[in-house]
Amino acid sequence: MNDPNKGADVTDLLIAGVQLPNGTRTDLGVSGGRLVEPAQLSRPERIDAAGLLALPGLVDPHTHLREPGREDAETIESGTRAAARGGFTAVCAMANTSPVTDTAEIANLVRGLGEAAGHAYVAPVGAVTKGLRGEELAELGLMARTGVRMFSDDGKCVHDPLLMRRALEYVRAFDGVIAQHAQDPRLAGPGACCDEGEYSGRLGLGGWPAQAESVIVARDAQLAELTGSRVHVCHASTAETVDVLRWAKARGINITAEATPHHLMLSVAEVASYDPTYKVNPPLRSEEDITAIRDALADGTIDAVGTDHAPHARQDKEHAFTDAAFGMLGLETALGVVIEAMVNPGLLDWAGVADRMAYAPARIAGLTDQGQPLQPGSPAHLCLIDPTRRTRVDREDSLSLSRNNPWHGRDLPDPVELTIYRGRVSYRR
Amino acid sequence: MKHLLSAADLSRPEIDAIWELAEEMSEVQHREIKKLPTLRGRTVVNMFFEDSTRTRSSFELAGKWLSADVINVSAKGSSTSKGESLRDTVATLDAMGVDALVVRHSASGAPAQTAQWVRASVINAGDGTHEHPTQALLDGFALGRHFRASDPDFDWADKKIAIVGDLTHSRVVRSNVLLQQTLGAQVTLVAPPTLLPSGVDTWPVEVCTDFDAVLGEVDAVMMLRVQRERMAGGFFPTPREYTVGYGLTRDRLARLRPGTAICHPGPMNRGLEISADAADAAQSLVLEQVAAGVAVRMSVLYHVLSGETAATGGSKERRSE
Repeated sequence: MNDPNKGADVTDLLIAGVQLPNGTRTDLGVSGGRLVEPAQLSRPERIDAAGLLALPGLVDPHTHLREPGREDAETIESGTRAAARGGFTAVCAMANTSPVTDTAEIANLVRGLGEAAGHAYVAPVGAVTKGLRGEELAELGLMARTGVRMFSDDGKCVHDPLLMRRALEYVRAFDGVIAQHAQDPRLAGPGACCDEGEYSGRLGLGGWPAQAESVIVARDAQLAELTGSRVHVCHASTAETVDVLRWAKARGINITAEATPHHLMLSVAEVASYDPTYKVNPPLRSEEDITAIRDALADGTIDAVGTDHAPHARQDKEHAFTDAAFGMLGLETALGVVIEAMVNPGLLDWAGVADRMAYAPARIAGLTDQGQPLQPGSPAHLCLIDPTRRTRVDREDSLSLSRNNPWHGRDLPDPVELTIYRGRVSYRR
Repeated sequence: MKHLLSAADLSRPEIDAIWELAEEMSEVQHREIKKLPTLRGRTVVNMFFEDSTRTRSSFELAGKWLSADVINVSAKGSSTSKGESLRDTVATLDAMGVDALVVRHSASGAPAQTAQWVRASVINAGDGTHEHPTQALLDGFALGRHFRASDPDFDWADKKIAIVGDLTHSRVVRSNVLLQQTLGAQVTLVAPPTLLPSGVDTWPVEVCTDFDAVLGEVDAVMMLRVQRERMAGGFFPTPREYTVGYGLTRDRLARLRPGTAICHPGPMNRGLEISADAADAAQSLVLEQVAAGVAVRMSVLYHVLSGETAATGGSKERRSE
């Protein structure tokens, strides 16, 4: 995955006077793709990081890069450039491409395109079932041999309980994890596009009840217990799901969960405009859910932030709300939103941000080269941020090929000054 | 009034102004020569993304009797199936320079979205399970006439209206609740719990699952169409059971107070939500509602288009986002 010699031809870096997540100030050396003692550097470029904070390179357990298949909406090159700008050094590329990542060949293709682009590590997520059809297992073992550890039919729920059981059992052999898109397709069918409640009733939009998520999470927690396997909950969005996660973790079940930036801050009230930019799956929820998700991310019940970055071409969004595509951009704004929703209100400190956005997602996705502490010997994946810098988000100012940015026009932290991936600068403001 | 997207957009004076002109228009309806020159030279496009013979004909007659040029575009299936976005479809017609787009769509919110993308005025002719504001206006118009016949100085605040049926999937109920909220009438929604909208407890209404409990105390009952296909969704077990619980049967008709108005937006499922006796009863306003529909839509077209005339003498800025 990481070739230490790859960084050998790059200038050494001295990051001077930077603050670490634990609050200490130090100089960091970067040489040969690794963090080193500053004394070991030879003729380094000096980066004055006074007033800046270093975070381990962020890891996104949930990204849609659209390649292969929809290169008009995003490519691996454009998506990973956006990732680097957001402070990410690794992204897990979901399998719902065309063709679907349900074979070792496609997994290798996706990973290879990521290597060729070189902006961030691209970890292909393998499909759980062939073609995401939810009928028979994809070649999980062959994908695992190429390095895939996370499997997901994201966009669709692995609804068949027996199939889910088998998938969980099978991936235990290679320490894989099933990342479940928890949506009971009967309780929240194809027409479900709005949090069920006051807004869905008033706006006349198909209701997506909280329980359509939490009943699947409860079932999968028990299946993980039955099989002794590891399950990961994608985009947890409701207070009910948080309750189930608390119960399952207290019981010692091997379950993890992620929350998206948008579920930390945007509520179902946005949908009242019928602007399809706010159409996302699971849908934006109530203020009570937002509070529950924030508290759960703060106390570790939700382990990680996953962007669910979902680029869409304009022609797939400019339809009636019910006909438009689900999903919103997230990579470039994720850290700013987490600072606004979690750090500024005092729910999470910087060590907590490093954990939820780097250590934990790397651990969940099985990315051993990522999410390492900022100390000599670690691979040089990091970002330097100015937590006080803010901007009014402009959707046109983006490295993504798409413009479905729900943060457009909002005042948010815009922290990332510099990102380093494998010892090279992958983004500089 | 630039657009009519929701009954919530209408103030009491606006409702009164629409009804006042509708009274005049309904006189025209009974003349031998029905054409008025009022909207000569203006163009109205009926964009029906969903079939509706009755609402489309009503808008078409309304426009034609006001001398507007009216064209009907049946856009059903022409949008996503051709790969064309809703925005492209409506922007294309708008670019031809039409004055008003009357939009019917199976998706909630489509007229509101359209209004963001076009220069023309937009009238919501029914969107998904959201709203149908001209239906509420014509229901109120017919009811007002009915109440006035026995009490010329009646006050809406003294009136109790029950709306009964498939409330979850009804755009008629949402617009009526919003309009009646402005008028001040007391609305009771009646349906089995499976057909009550999410969050109905936050609406300015009473909710009751027992039709018989409200029968004797209302001044009007609005029966809503119940689609037989709802059975497949498990909303109720059989049509027979629905009728027994929530139909305006001959028996329930007899238990209404004298003069209680009976409304139905049509098309009726006789024998399911409404018995033939009730549909054809003396106090049934079903045909009055249809007649009021044309007059009210003439008035709405006038208010929307004349407002535009007054507001803009020359070129208008294109609203693109």
